[in-house]
Amino acid sequence: MDGTELAGQILYTWLTLVFGLILLPSAFGVSLGISEIYMKILVKTLEWATLRIETGVAKQSALKNSASIGIIQRDESPMEKGLSGLRGRDFELSDVFYFSKKGLEAIVEDEVTQRFSSEELVSWNLLTRTNVNFQYVSPRLTAVWVLGVIVRYCVLLPLRLTLAFIGISLFVIGTTLVGQLPRNRLKNLLSELVHLTCCRICVRALSGTIHYHNRQYRPQKGGICVANHTSPIDVLILTTDGCYTMVGQVHGGLMGIIQRAMVKACPHVWFERSEMKDRHLVIKRLKEHIAHKKELPILIFPEGTCINNTSVMMFKKGSFEIGGTIHPVAIKYNPQFGDAFWNSSKYNIVSYLLRVMTSWAIVCDVWYMPPMTREEGEDAVQFANRVKSAIAVQGGLTELPWDGGLKRAKVKDAFKEEQQKNYSKMIVGNGSLKSELD
Amino acid sequence: MGSRASTLLRDEELEEIKKETGSASGFLLHELGEDNYQNSLSHPSTREVSHSQITRLYSRFTSLDKGENGTLSREDFQRIPELAINPLGDRIINAFFPEGEDQVNFRGFMRTLAHFRPIEDNEKSKDVNGPEPLNSRSNKLHFAFRLYDLDKDDKISRDELLQVLRMMVGVNISDEQLGSIADRTIQEADQDGDSAISFTEFVKVLEKVDVEQKMSIRFLH
Repeated sequence: MDGTELAGQILYTWLTLVFGLILLPSAFGVSLGISEIYMKILVKTLEWATLRIETGVAKQSALKNSASIGIIQRDESPMEKGLSGLRGRDFELSDVFYFSKKGLEAIVEDEVTQRFSSEELVSWNLLTRTNVNFQYVSPRLTAVWVLGVIVRYCVLLPLRLTLAFIGISLFVIGTTLVGQLPRNRLKNLLSELVHLTCCRICVRALSGTIHYHNRQYRPQKGGICVANHTSPIDVLILTTDGCYTMVGQVHGGLMGIIQRAMVKACPHVWFERSEMKDRHLVIKRLKEHIAHKKELPILIFPEGTCINNTSVMMFKKGSFEIGGTIHPVAIKYNPQFGDAFWNSSKYNIVSYLLRVMTSWAIVCDVWYMPPMTREEGEDAVQFANRVKSAIAVQGGLTELPWDGGLKRAKVKDAFKEEQQKNYSKMIVGNGSLKSELD
Repeated sequence: MGSRASTLLRDEELEEIKKETGSASGFLLHELGEDNYQNSLSHPSTREVSHSQITRLYSRFTSLDKGENGTLSREDFQRIPELAINPLGDRIINAFFPEGEDQVNFRGFMRTLAHFRPIEDNEKSKDVNGPEPLNSRSNKLHFAFRLYDLDKDDKISRDELLQVLRMMVGVNISDEQLGSIADRTIQEADQDGDSAISFTEFVKVLEKVDVEQKMSIRFLH
């Protein structure tokens, strides 16, 4: 009897604490400063750990950890420079050297496949999962690591799970209730309130610290918001600061429940899987949506897939054909506190969320950028590239022309054919190339 | 955490072996086994690979190994976009796989990569009596020769040259033109009149080319 009573008491105190310290302030958008204190302690600990590792390693050997530098020095010279030999430009037996060198360089280190796995850290952040090249240093460091494991799994994880559960349930209940109201201003206001409160709770569930920059450029009604994509959490991070219209596929399971609930309170655009393949249908529906100018801005991730937050890959032109004003947003996570990247080929959504909830925290910066529109004589592809560059520069990410879809699909033959064409031009000169019409 | 744990384990093993043998070649001892290790000791290019280079290359190897079985297949290489668009991509991938095999392990991976290590000046004077290092000028040329020699008969015939040329130019040059390029090349190189290029003739044609610079990849740290 005593056991259950005690357990009941603990649960009761626990829930009251959670309610008082976290839920209520979230509803009013107020912060009590607990997470700030946590972050300060965390930063100090990690700095201390870095120092210990550096001194420890220096004692043992010169194991330079330069994860941010590449493995090899890549020769970026274009084909013309790489191939020109002593004589004038005819085919030479040595031409094969250039291609084999480029091939081997790509095998050792290529720009694309590394973007589909988590970023390597410069210094260890006391999580086992990031311990790639770091070796055992000292007993004190190990003790701190053990303490970290206990704190993360026994204290933070239950707390976060509770919050996530409460957040999602409140969201579903809240939106269903609001959905009963007729479409008027009150409904919109309440729907916003429900959205924001539940998003703030969910962000606390991840111990998220988000810095919003340039809030004067927040996406306006009737516009389209585009951002770089790292994980499903991006959505959470953006909706904490404003409401958006989501675009996406209808899912089953928990996601499906959430999607159906959301749509009751405010009009999101969900597509069936078969409809997604029809690009024109998608664009048509989105065009209709923004034509009103009174609807919430549409949120789109033009990369189409999750990238590891070190670079921005090709923006698909579809989102830029809709018209309207584009509001670019750059999101950059700080990998030192927790890896936000969802490697969907390695982890499913549940294991991913568990990993996120057992990291230290999710720290990120969000930069809102001035709106951009398509200029005269610019086609969708050029516009997409312009926006992509702006986001890359703002977020401090590198820019790649490669398609994020290469995560799963093979590269198109057209690129190889382009290489072959360039080479052919070099060895016979432009005039005698076989015409493409043959 | 599986593959990470195995990397960690290797580090600990590496350290142990390093203490025993006093060099990164201890890693190769572990990998190759006793007799092959003796052979590899006489390949200074593989012996002098640094600890951190091996670790990073092993990291790269495991990240390419999607099947997580310790070997790479041809599909694993094809997944690298920059290699897939290389006109000679298939020939390069083929160079990794020994005769008739479909899988390459880390040792084989390193052996092929070793061809592309730069030739350090101090290595030129070492081991005059031992077998040549994998990254010598001659072995680099041999690597390139094997890219052309499709049937591995130590000769580049006109047909083989045409096939490789076709890979490099795609559909952009007509058969006749390609044929005349091939004929010219063989004519210039062939010295014993068999209308094919042997390895010696190949070396002669390329004697003025800076092979060391064109077929070397500079490893950082």
